Amino acid sequence: MHEMGIAKQIIEIATSSIPGGMEDIPVERVNLKVGKLSSVVPDSLRFCFEILSINTPLSGADLNIEVVPILARCNECKFEWTINEPIFMCKNCKSGSIEIISGRELDITSIELENK
Amino acid sequence: MEIKVIRKVLDVNNTMAKQNRKMFTEKEVFVLNVMSSPGSGKTTTLEKTLSYIIPEIKSAVIVGDICTSNDANRLATTGVSVVQINTDEFGGDCHLAAHVVEKAACNLDLDAIDLLIVENVGNLVCPAEFDIGEDAKIVVLSVTEGEDKPVKYPLMFRVCDAAILNKIDLLPYLDYNREEVLNNIRQVHPEMPVFELSAKTGDGFTPWIEWLKSGVNRKIAG
Repeated sequence: MHEMGIAKQIIEIATSSIPGGMEDIPVERVNLKVGKLSSVVPDSLRFCFEILSINTPLSGADLNIEVVPILARCNECKFEWTINEPIFMCKNCKSGSIEIISGRELDITSIELENK
Repeated sequence: MEIKVIRKVLDVNNTMAKQNRKMFTEKEVFVLNVMSSPGSGKTTTLEKTLSYIIPEIKSAVIVGDICTSNDANRLATTGVSVVQINTDEFGGDCHLAAHVVEKAACNLDLDAIDLLIVENVGNLVCPAEFDIGEDAKIVVLSVTEGEDKPVKYPLMFRVCDAAILNKIDLLPYLDYNREEVLNNIRQVHPEMPVFELSAKTGDGFTPWIEWLKSGVNRKIAG
């Protein structure tokens, strides 16, 4: 639901990351990491990005989203596993004391400029 | 040519939230972020809560809605300072962001309060993602909603520190499976306390008020 605001932030961060003197080189791709536990819908984000990037240096750039699985570690038995359903209990010892190692990401990792 | 960036998209919000947290800590104000779906009884729960804690705990409320100041008017009758935020000024946002909370907090005398309650926009999705500089997050759900809400919105139930199950006075009239909702909450966040109460009758409020007071007292004690 807040993908429009997220897309706006992505455009701001990506635009400010274009090195000086390279502003005229088209941006081909923006690479993102989105955790499965984050409340962002990739299709909706791509749609908002496409609209908001018109008339910016990112116009026409592809928003490449890498979805990061939810990884958890048990604080009791140190077991690590991937969470695929909404059960946040240790799969090994059933402890509720767990740590989410990944899955909350909403990061820009890089931008790709067209090769001259 | 690839240029490494490695930035969190919500960096701007997170930085603002950090500043808020510093300001609230300096002022020794415990900040509670209250979230729920629309219609769970957040405002009624807060009205009742305030009636139990004031004047002992000096409180103020920031209320977020897309439109209207109806909730602020209701909460103002409890005698506390209330600031209404209408997010339609910010594009009809579905959540309160840290900069919006900061702006609202500037309209309150933080030296005069120990507890600031932020009633977020009714929505179980987006508010879960935005840190506002609070000390604790709680989620209110009610027995007129589906038992599977916790597993449908796992992030919300993961990030919260406590849950309130409201409207328990209606249980005799509903085919609601209380055990099922409690199991679903435990599945998503096994260690989270759940307070079953009725904002209408006041039943079940004692443990919830104790939990809230202990949070406020911890903050004041530093």
